[in-house]
Amino acid sequence: MSAHVITESRPGQRNGRDGFRQLLSAEWTKLATVRGWVIGIVLAPFLIVGIALLNHSTCGGITTPGGPATTAAGCPAPPSGPGGEAVSDSFYFVRQPLGGDGSITVRMTSLTAGPGPAGLSPWSKAGIIITASTRPGSAYAAMMVTGGHGVRMQYDYTGDIAGPARGASPASPRWLRLTRSGDTITGATSADGVRWTTVGTTRLAGLPATVQAGMFATAPASSQTRAQTVSGASSAGAAALAAASFDHVSLAGPRPAGAWAGDAVGGASPDAGFRQAGGTITVTGTGDIGPYVPGASGSPGSTIGSTLLGAVLALIAAAVVATMFMTSEYRRGLIRLTFAASPDRGRVLAAKVVVVGAVTFIAGLAGAIVAVQLGERLLRSNGNFILPASTLSNLRVVAGTAALLAVASVLAVALGSILRRSAGAVTVVVALITLPYLLALTALRGGAADWLLRLTPAAAFAIQQTTPQYPQVSAAYTVSNGYFPLAPWAGFAVLCGYTAVALALAVFLIRRRDA
Amino acid sequence: MTRAGKATAARPLAGEPRAGGLASLRAALSAEWTKLTTLPGTGWLLLALVVATAGLSVLADAATSCSSGSCQADPARVSLTGIYLGQAIVVSFAVAAMTSEYSTGMIRVTFAAMPRRTAVLAAKAAVVTGPVVAAGAVAVLGSVLAGRLILPGHGFTAARGYLPLDLADEPVLRAAAGSVLYLALVGLLSLGVAALVRDTALAAGLVLGLLYIVPIVAAVLGSSQLARHLQQLAPMTAGLAIQATTSLRSQPISPWAGIGVLAAWAAAALATGGIRVRRRDA
Repeated sequence: MSAHVITESRPGQRNGRDGFRQLLSAEWTKLATVRGWVIGIVLAPFLIVGIALLNHSTCGGITTPGGPATTAAGCPAPPSGPGGEAVSDSFYFVRQPLGGDGSITVRMTSLTAGPGPAGLSPWSKAGIIITASTRPGSAYAAMMVTGGHGVRMQYDYTGDIAGPARGASPASPRWLRLTRSGDTITGATSADGVRWTTVGTTRLAGLPATVQAGMFATAPASSQTRAQTVSGASSAGAAALAAASFDHVSLAGPRPAGAWAGDAVGGASPDAGFRQAGGTITVTGTGDIGPYVPGASGSPGSTIGSTLLGAVLALIAAAVVATMFMTSEYRRGLIRLTFAASPDRGRVLAAKVVVVGAVTFIAGLAGAIVAVQLGERLLRSNGNFILPASTLSNLRVVAGTAALLAVASVLAVALGSILRRSAGAVTVVVALITLPYLLALTALRGGAADWLLRLTPAAAFAIQQTTPQYPQVSAAYTVSNGYFPLAPWAGFAVLCGYTAVALALAVFLIRRRDA
Repeated sequence: MTRAGKATAARPLAGEPRAGGLASLRAALSAEWTKLTTLPGTGWLLLALVVATAGLSVLADAATSCSSGSCQADPARVSLTGIYLGQAIVVSFAVAAMTSEYSTGMIRVTFAAMPRRTAVLAAKAAVVTGPVVAAGAVAVLGSVLAGRLILPGHGFTAARGYLPLDLADEPVLRAAAGSVLYLALVGLLSLGVAALVRDTALAAGLVLGLLYIVPIVAAVLGSSQLARHLQQLAPMTAGLAIQATTSLRSQPISPWAGIGVLAAWAAAALATGGIRVRRRDA
């Protein structure tokens, strides 16, 4: 309707919806010609990179740059599992080769904490295992009794199937069986050795003809002592042991050798070993077989999310510029001219949102890409290792960080339009996004931190998480170790939800109120 | 209150247009008081300060539990967590008190009526600090009371060596009174920065960034010496050391030295802001 004014004065332009392009170009001109705002937006990526370069966390005896030279090699990277993911793979293995299809059956009579000072941890594991080789990171399937989670079948580090809840004790022993048929392994358990229940079946692709089969025991270090650092470096917890006794051991199938051999897979430990007395074999081991979780005790490791903490600072800069972009129109009275030229106020707001969002996204993307590149290099040169993540999730982290900044600045525009006050809008954005993140990182712990990161727009920082949480690994799943209570996109959706509500309210108010 | 402020503001101005130092400061004070108290937003902001501070404190109390034998939480600090949020409102309040005059052009009228610009800034500092201290005291008392009632039910029992929070207890009193002082100093810091940069959004962003970012950066740095120095120098981490009542030795800075660091920041901001206000055209 009113677009006539625009089209008539500019004969080259078409009527109707195309007027939005002119609106965009007008808003772009407003943004790009204010020097302070341009500085603010250009500053944002530098803030991201600057914070990434401050990360001087070290690992494995390497000192910070400027310190004395060192020859230490840094922290060794954990082995890679069949899927390329980082895994924990250390246990005591009493094994025999199994040259083809066959099965191993045992009766497990006890699982204790062994001679060590630590108690039996809930995820202490002992049982039988069929593995491709004794090299850490090999494909495997195992039937086990755990310290506090009953009978489980686990395979290839991330797979976990729950069996009967009752464990093994001298009074009520537990029978376990693994059967290999080609690439397929079936796990079964029984209370009496007569009636068997299948717990699970899995296919281990590319299993060699000769595999290693036998009994194992392992126990993760207790996770009571954890250092709270963002880099994910944590102090070693108390060493834990698991000791398990087996009898009625039978290995059925083609086997070249007849004697049991002991192996400390993934590093020796002084307390680990096995004893064979009559028909009873007792295995004592320490370590864990499962996904590698940084933040589990004694598990260092960084994620690329830890190089992007500067986004919190960049967010403040972006919010300040976005707020001013809206409120300065009211302050200078320019808004009346803007609305006279384009009476559809909702579209003016839309143009502002598009311009600010796009500019912030590009600035954030540039900052995030450089910060990840330089930050990773810095972490590696200080002896840290970066946990492998898929290309897709790395892309999600980098683009998601930029999108977080963009949506946050849109929220700032909306709040600026609702409140018309710079101080209020900036404070609300910072109090809604930066403050909950800060509180979860430093002042609050546990449940309160989780709820803050579910309910406030700060949930969007979940987009930077690359390491999944596993229920079968007990670890410090905290923000400082890079874990968030919500899934990445769910967390991002929380911020988008807040922004959508604020934008709707802004459109409603901007149409109703006098300019 | 509002009307009384107006009445006193008018009299000295009309009676003694060329009054000396103290009288002009008094006139400036009552003028600033009128400006502040006749804004409807002031009351709401101060109410928000109380509600937000006490609210977050209650949330922190409810979420903290001391289940294991040795818990490391400092009950006074937990029950005063709300200051983290309250200070943001103080920043917003103090910054707007200064910059709104610049954005509306009111500052030219102010300086025409009151050519001694430092007196205007001093008066603003006084009238911002008064309400912040009053509302801050209510917020802190509410937080401490909530902590006293909630925390014993969350494992902070006498058996573990925790007495209920009591203001008669010297460290708790220091934490509580210090938190009010902290809010006042954050207000002065904000006012100084606002006088320096004159823009609302920029000033609020600068102060909030300065306050909130250092704990995050320190967390990135891990347990290095650099992080410790940063926490000793930054206004928020140093200033909030006043809330510590347990394991004082492991804090990066002692309580009073910490609040001193924040006071130095506020003084420096006010001084540079004051110089800028005097030297620059309004």
